[in-house]
Amino acid sequence: MYKYDEIDQQIVDERVAQYRDQVRRYLAGELSEDEFRPLRLQNGLYIQRHAPMLRIAVPYGMLSSKQLRKLGDIAKKYDRGYGHFSTRQNLQLNWPKLESTPDILAELATVEMHAIQTSGNCIRNITTDQFVGIAPDEVIDPRAIAEIMRQWSTFHPEFALLPRKFKIAVSGTQQDRAIVQAHDIGLEFYRDANNKVAIKVWVGGGLGRTPILGSVIREHLDWQHALTYCEAIIRVYNLHGRRDNMYKARIKILSKAIGINEFRNQVEAEWTHLKDGANTITEEELARVSKHFEAMPYENLPDQDAGFDAALANNPAFAAWAKRSIHPHKQPGYRAVTLSLKPHGSAPGDITSEQMWAVADLADEYSFGELRSSHEQNLILADVKLSDLFAVWEKAKAQGLATPNIGLLTDIICCPGGDFCSLANAKSIPIAKAIQMQFDDLDYLHDIGDIELNISGCMNACGHHHVGHIGILGVDKDGSEWYQVTIGGKQGNDASIGTVIGPSFSAEEMPGVIQKLIEVYIKERTPEERFIDTVRRLGAVPFKKHVYAKDEVSA
Amino acid sequence: MSNLVKIENGIAAVAADDWTLVQLPATQVEERKQAGKVVLFKLTGESTVTEEQIADTVIPATGKIIVPLSVFVERNNELASRIAQGEVGVWLATHELLEYLIQQQADLNVLPIIAVFVERFADGRIFSLGTLLRTRYGYKNELRAFGDVLRDQLFFLKRSGYTSFMIRKDRSATDAIASLNDFSKPYQGAVDEPKPVFRRYNRGA
Ligand code: HEM
Ligand code: SF4
Repeated sequence: MYKYDEIDQQIVDERVAQYRDQVRRYLAGELSEDEFRPLRLQNGLYIQRHAPMLRIAVPYGMLSSKQLRKLGDIAKKYDRGYGHFSTRQNLQLNWPKLESTPDILAELATVEMHAIQTSGNCIRNITTDQFVGIAPDEVIDPRAIAEIMRQWSTFHPEFALLPRKFKIAVSGTQQDRAIVQAHDIGLEFYRDANNKVAIKVWVGGGLGRTPILGSVIREHLDWQHALTYCEAIIRVYNLHGRRDNMYKARIKILSKAIGINEFRNQVEAEWTHLKDGANTITEEELARVSKHFEAMPYENLPDQDAGFDAALANNPAFAAWAKRSIHPHKQPGYRAVTLSLKPHGSAPGDITSEQMWAVADLADEYSFGELRSSHEQNLILADVKLSDLFAVWEKAKAQGLATPNIGLLTDIICCPGGDFCSLANAKSIPIAKAIQMQFDDLDYLHDIGDIELNISGCMNACGHHHVGHIGILGVDKDGSEWYQVTIGGKQGNDASIGTVIGPSFSAEEMPGVIQKLIEVYIKERTPEERFIDTVRRLGAVPFKKHVYAKDEVSA
Repeated sequence: MSNLVKIENGIAAVAADDWTLVQLPATQVEERKQAGKVVLFKLTGESTVTEEQIADTVIPATGKIIVPLSVFVERNNELASRIAQGEVGVWLATHELLEYLIQQQADLNVLPIIAVFVERFADGRIFSLGTLLRTRYGYKNELRAFGDVLRDQLFFLKRSGYTSFMIRKDRSATDAIASLNDFSKPYQGAVDEPKPVFRRYNRGA
């Protein structure tokens, strides 16, 4: 992965000094609450229900074991001994003290980490597919460009205070796993007719209270122009995006208001001035950064291992885990492994310091000292030998990280909701836990198969409920907590936004509602058909009917 | 004492201000515009300047003045001789369009100063305006930020081409100077240093 040179290190060190002084001035009353807010936000610090929340950047989801160990230490020393992986691949601390945040940043800087632009109205952490660099369906590894973009977007002076937050995702696979269509800018890498690396540029996607999938603004962009083209897009947005109403301030609202064609014309006109300028990426720079992402020193192995096969045959628990948690790999004899941060009955994405240390050890022993976080809020060991999988499973199991539910109903994506977040309409974590307890039977879970369930505690959609096969949204009705259910949302190349099935439900009803949706699926599915395909084939009506059949719920 | 920070020959210092800022008179009604109208800046819901305001603006008879963009355009004849003598600068608000200025005054370097008024410090349009003035329209003279100008934005303002900063009255201009040097080797190319870091340094192969 990318290693800092003195220039990168100096920037994070100077940031610590700058931020420390801002906190000092705030505490001394030299900065008002309003003035401090954007400053702390650009450093990932929210003031939340119980305490501040600090969001630490994990650029495109890549972590070294050393970094994860440090995160474990920090969570222990400055927080309550656990952290939370978010749907944007970052790590959040829920209970740090404002006064200690400068020290946390200083500790992060010692392992080449920071919290820069993890929040606020600026270009946020760039995200990608958790199997980047190793997925068999990958055409281009976009990490080098993602790192070049990370550097370019860090303290970009022109885009420091945009109308609203700005999220960029990159992806270089046939099957999109980075949800490029739900980002302000999505860069989809591919090889063009001349076998050159090119980018299809999506713009104006986003969830939140107005969920919109992005539109293609450019079918073909040479990689050299990734920065200048983004500058053209963001400049048009910065100048013309709405600033009077924060709910109408995302780029998606602008591109919808004037239409993608007019938006494209403006961007292209702007780009004629920027194209081939100094921010054009050079071959040398791409080569320099790409060196950091070269393939691991793999052994030459057959793509089969007798010990692994025997363990699969003899140990049903291992086989059940393997079926869900092991993913294909470009390199014969290697697999990627997902460690589940979704044990039944606890908050999705939470991880204790002890678990972080244990995962760091696993990475060192079995996966070249690196790991990744996924937007599904799990951790991934990307390069494990077939012959090591059994040992990894045993050790992960001992740490509670081997729930065999990856991609299943209980692998729920869930925001912090009312337990932590001051914007919430309703709690989300208890709903996730209740559903996990309702579906605690693993055989049943495996029978239901691939399904995505997403929960957000309010319209802001941090849990991506719009693109969940089943989406749950917390809504407020006369001061009490209710849940609206959508079905048929999907991420990926054929992304779609879910349909609301009807009036909302109370918290107690939710496990039963999910149960009923699943019953319709089990009854109606054709062999090999996933939940989402059944919903797409039949539409929402049969699901609605069954859910609302007996006990009608008042609106 | 002046609250103006000025960068001259690469050195930032608190400096005296020899310009008089000409304000528009207040209006009675504030117009709010909705999204979807033809003119783009209306998307952002800002008020526009009325004919009366332009006509009622009091322009001092002598001395160096910075006039509102609308006054500069609509009452240009009145100002012509003073413009020729280099006594007139222009200020605009962040929602105003540079095209409006360029239509009136193709060669911006006739103006010794252009100032941009930022009503709320969180309004980042000021950065794009500075960048465009410098890179698109070739403006070379003093570029000033005024309004809600605070030290934590100075580094970005400097990088976007601003050379003087009227720090908000209740804050120390002297303290603010330090923030101009928050970062020594910024990554990306911008106005003050057009080359990105990978074109400035050999970062190894
Ligand atoms: C607890 C404090 C949090 C607060 C106050 C918060 C606030 C918000 C707000 C206001 C938005 C909507 C922005 C908009 O549409 O313009 C948003 C979006 C989002 N948040 Fe959070 N959030 C929090 C935690 C999280 C966590 C823990 C995650 C990850 C699990 C997360 C992931 C996201 C994502 C992915 C979106 C994007 C939705 C989109 O694409 O528009 N947030 N958040
Ligand atoms: S979706 Fe709403 S409740 Fe959940 S974390 Fe985001 S802002 Fe908070």
